[in-house]
Amino acid sequence: MDNTITNILVVGVGGQGVMTATEILAEAAISLGHDVKKTEVAGMSQRGGVVSSHLRFGPRVLSPKIAPGAADIIVGFEAAEALRWSHYLKPAGLLLMNTARLVPPVVSSGLHAYPADPVAEIRALGIDVHAFDALAIAREMGDLRLGNSVMLGAIADHLPFGAGVLLDSILRRFAARKPEMVELNRRAFTAGRDAIARLMRSEESCAQP
Amino acid sequence: MTDIQVLAAPARMLLSGNEAVARGVWEAGVRVAASYPGTPATEMLEQLARYPDLYAEWSVNEKVALEVAIGASMAGSRSFCAMKHVGLNVASDALMTLTLTGSAGGMLIAVADDVGLSSSQNEQDSRSWGRFAHLPVFEPADSQEAYEMTIAGYALSEQFQVPVLLRLTTRICHVKAMVSVGQRVPHPSSGFVKNPSRWVMTPGFAAARIPLMFEREEALRASAELSPLNFVVAGKDRRVGFIACGPAWMHVQEAFPDAPALKLGFSCPAPIEKIRAFSRTVEHLLVVEELEPLLENELRAAGIACHGKDFLPRSGELPPEVLRPAVARLRGEAPPESEVQRPALAAQVFPRPPTLCTACPHLGIYYTLAKLKNVTVAGDIGCYSLGAGHPWNALDAAICMGASIGMALGMDKGRAEVDKDRRILAVIGDSTFMHMGMQGLLDITYNRGNVTVLLLDNRTVGMTGGQDNPGSGRDLHGNPAPKVDFVKLCEALGVKPERIRKVDPYQLPELARALREETRIAEPSVIITDRPCVLIDDYRKQPAFRVEPDQCTGCGLCIDVGCPAISEQRREKLLRPSGKEVLMQFAAIESAACTGCGICLQVCAPKAIVVAAAAQTINFVKR
Repeated sequence: MDNTITNILVVGVGGQGVMTATEILAEAAISLGHDVKKTEVAGMSQRGGVVSSHLRFGPRVLSPKIAPGAADIIVGFEAAEALRWSHYLKPAGLLLMNTARLVPPVVSSGLHAYPADPVAEIRALGIDVHAFDALAIAREMGDLRLGNSVMLGAIADHLPFGAGVLLDSILRRFAARKPEMVELNRRAFTAGRDAIARLMRSEESCAQP
Repeated sequence: MTDIQVLAAPARMLLSGNEAVARGVWEAGVRVAASYPGTPATEMLEQLARYPDLYAEWSVNEKVALEVAIGASMAGSRSFCAMKHVGLNVASDALMTLTLTGSAGGMLIAVADDVGLSSSQNEQDSRSWGRFAHLPVFEPADSQEAYEMTIAGYALSEQFQVPVLLRLTTRICHVKAMVSVGQRVPHPSSGFVKNPSRWVMTPGFAAARIPLMFEREEALRASAELSPLNFVVAGKDRRVGFIACGPAWMHVQEAFPDAPALKLGFSCPAPIEKIRAFSRTVEHLLVVEELEPLLENELRAAGIACHGKDFLPRSGELPPEVLRPAVARLRGEAPPESEVQRPALAAQVFPRPPTLCTACPHLGIYYTLAKLKNVTVAGDIGCYSLGAGHPWNALDAAICMGASIGMALGMDKGRAEVDKDRRILAVIGDSTFMHMGMQGLLDITYNRGNVTVLLLDNRTVGMTGGQDNPGSGRDLHGNPAPKVDFVKLCEALGVKPERIRKVDPYQLPELARALREETRIAEPSVIITDRPCVLIDDYRKQPAFRVEPDQCTGCGLCIDVGCPAISEQRREKLLRPSGKEVLMQFAAIESAACTGCGICLQVCAPKAIVVAAAAQTINFVKR
């Protein structure tokens, strides 16, 4: 039996909606009949600490944890967190990240320094990284909470299933909990999807000799 | 309140270990469930509150929760009790005699070990209680097993008239996985049967039950030998065979799919003969158990050669990336290259510790405590333990639930001559005070201690996500419940009425005055703060603030408040005429995050903090 497992690591800061995003991804995988395990390494999710949410799906999932060097995709909701977890990516993996910075008190008070250029540091590790400002898109749409759907839109074309499956999963969730937010989230999803597609096209054209 | 969604559940659903246990409890026909919140165990009772046809409560502490479950079992009903690992320490007095009476109605005690210390003051192996109390221990490896073992636990409990310990870990409780579920099978109560020699544990009756307890243990061992929860998965690579339990089982299966492995779901009393037979089929035997080498030691005592903690760590989880290099060493091989390389690539990034929330009512308290001289502050278990961190560094001790008050009395009575003017404070939250702090306060008044207790009443169990308690005026279901009056309670515990003050923690001058005055008086005093946690519905947001950059003088006092919405924009060094160099920190407020508590406003001398929308200074008005 081909027991190919897909490993997706979603990282960010407590309160950003990392766990919700991973749950939506999990529901998408379940809708296709996959076995799924999802786990967090988060002590105090609402207290501004580090959150990393592990999602594994395939025919049969055993250990719920993604090992360092084994993630197919890393989704970084925050710039420094994407850098912190970058060694979890497998050699040919894909890292999509939000460039937004959430600066904790230990940094804002001058005790520690925030990395000068997290994207450049990740790129220097030889990682296929694509970074964009999801928060700016959400802000433009009038609600910072839409950043979640923007990020999901950004990875939608890089999953082992079609973007529509993920979009359906988002819309189902909002239809059940906040029907008035369905349309906004659909637009946020599309905005994220378009943003990353534009970004990748421009990166490609820049790479031409 | 019955939740229709949980009843109309599909046959297969994505459930956390905690949700799966709750589902199993409900399906097993349990009629009484009790718990006290604690990470990672909290969601078991929160989920059970959504199911119909059973009584569920937040108890004031784990000992009471267990006693409630014991009583329900004596009354002939199936009962359930859940707690985190340290909670079972609190409940252990009841547990150690419960093992003599045994149970009547089926009884399951779910205990969740925080392997890896995601949110706990220690890391302990609660399976030890199974050995200590001669009770059976089940160890599920994922949500599906957590659900199945919960139901199987009730059958075993009633077969042997014994409570079953269901040992969970953070990696079971908080992992979501697919679970096939069923429907509830009602289990009516058989009724209380008066039987003093069974239920009244005076020395004579208790002594007669001890031999029965040991007989039961051997019968349980025989049951474990035959239990389908203990099974072998065959494998071709016989160089190392594995014995594993709990989440470690899944890690072993992941890392060594070709090796023979013995799964122990019913791990205590250990099925020694089954293990011995398995050990003969492999070259080396490696016991993979999280935390203590309990099985390993039992195997050695039974003359079964094995490895375990000689190759594996005794603390933390045992995921594949830990197992693979350890097994390579056991085989005398070099560790897999990838396992060595990847962790080495980890980027050096600043730490991001959890911190108090924006506008948390505790912010002003720690800001004030941090500025006090010649004080010792004994802390407790809850959000306010974060006061030990940056930038406040305002806690000097934390041990366990309620300990702040007893420790403060000991610090008072044991003070050195050089500390004779030192002021001793205890800081404790509302829920922790009712859990185990009240007795400490009674001890202080009884023994005339010189301690000031800061009782931070935020009307919720904050750290575990906002559960209700006797101080919130709501029960587990959110229904109205009698509300404790902390002033009257402290008075009843012997504190003089004039030494009990209620203070608004957002009013810094009032708070500072109360602290100054109460700590100067050499008798027991209590300062009660009364603002709700910002994460619960009782909290009301106020208009946000911002910093007027031209007005900011860089004193940095607002940064010392430690509010996550306040940050340093730039810093400058200023050389005073005296030759002294002063650090200037110019601040900004993230207005989108600010909820206008007004603490920073009160520490800003140049009045540079203004309402975000109108850009004008306002006077802080007491709400």
